[in-house]
Amino acid sequence: MCLGVPMQVVSIGDGNIVAEIDGVRKEASLMLLDEEVKEGDFVIVHAGFAISRLDEEDAQETLKLMREVFKPEDMA
Amino acid sequence: MKYQDEFRDRHVVLGLAARIREHVTGRTEPMTFMEVCGTHTMSIYQYGLRTLLPPQVRLISGPGCPVCVTPNEYLDRAVALCRLPGVIVATFGDMVRVPGSTSSLQEERARGADIRIVYSPLDAVAIAARNPERRVVFLGVGFETTAPAIGGSILAAKRQGLANYFVLAAHKTMPKPMGVLSADPDLKIDGYICPAHVSTITGPDIYRFLAEEFHIPCVITGFEPADVMQGVEMLVRQVVAGESRVETQYSRVVRPEGNRKAQEVIREVFTPCDAPWRGIGVIPGSGLRIADAYAAFDAEKAISVAVEETREHAGCLCGEILKGKVTPADCPLFGGACTPESPVGACMVSSEGTCAAAYKYGQ
Ligand code: SF4
Repeated sequence: MCLGVPMQVVSIGDGNIVAEIDGVRKEASLMLLDEEVKEGDFVIVHAGFAISRLDEEDAQETLKLMREVFKPEDMA
Repeated sequence: MKYQDEFRDRHVVLGLAARIREHVTGRTEPMTFMEVCGTHTMSIYQYGLRTLLPPQVRLISGPGCPVCVTPNEYLDRAVALCRLPGVIVATFGDMVRVPGSTSSLQEERARGADIRIVYSPLDAVAIAARNPERRVVFLGVGFETTAPAIGGSILAAKRQGLANYFVLAAHKTMPKPMGVLSADPDLKIDGYICPAHVSTITGPDIYRFLAEEFHIPCVITGFEPADVMQGVEMLVRQVVAGESRVETQYSRVVRPEGNRKAQEVIREVFTPCDAPWRGIGVIPGSGLRIADAYAAFDAEKAISVAVEETREHAGCLCGEILKGKVTPADCPLFGGACTPESPVGACMVSSEGTCAAAYKYGQ
């Protein structure tokens, strides 16, 4: 439950985004993000909120570990 | 491609392990590093990182799993609330299976209580909006990473004018228990592997008192095995040099000022309070309660209910495990009476719990 999962921004709406990981799409609120994001960026999503931006390489590295360690239902 | 990546990682991890060995050659005194984040615990067990370290370097797990540090009395209140007519309890999945004194939310659900597992507290707000005649109670458990999300849900409920959304808040903040454990002469902690996502929100300064007052090195560390090994290497270097600083291995995401927007939400919606930690007891100023201005959303104040007397689980050593004093293998129930399928204590339920990690990876 404490997981923050890197997801890629698919579209940006009014105060929230749709982000995707491994084909699963989720809405995430931008209420807690203090950085600008655009489509294609990677963000860490925790409990339905984007909490920080990160670059693609870091996102992929982190995801690789998470896919090995956690069940998919823990992640999304 | 995948093979190459794995090869590269392994290479880096082994290279770091070799460097750690070099640093400690000739030292007889052991050094003990504690991680206080469930995701680190998982990574360390999954990759068997302990087996790569020289005998002078010991890794122990601390109070890093939010579900695990939440005491029984909280669960008992959640159980009492879900028995009230018209109440929906919404929660992250991990909490459902944690045994309270005499029941669990899972058992209550089997008896007909309306318990919904949600991915985000905003989902719970949506349930409240769809069910105006019901009262929705979200179980607000978690550290600095989760508190702003739950604060955000309260702000969203307020904006929507909802009078039927409540949070049963048991948020905790990380640095205080680290101070308590630092002062424990039995533990003799020589360094902290500090949590990545908590630090993303708070920034690194919250650990400074540990380095300055307790002279304990702190390194904010990412989750990859190579990250963890590098974090350990940075700690070893500080110990060998007799230094104690806060360093950030995970600098790619953690900024010096943290996430200001999230900090603001915490300040707006919550007030620091004394909080009970399983195994450690009440630590002054280590929790977040809902601020008076948002008392209408505070389940503890807004919904009165009788709660049963708290009982601990006989034989469960969770409390000692969360302090890093014993390992799961020291618990006589581990793997026998207590397994992930039928857990006795919270440390075996949560996927981030030390007992669950030790069981899963057979250590
Ligand atoms: S193995 Fe089970 S009973 Fe023993 S400490 Fe861990 S959770 Fe508690």
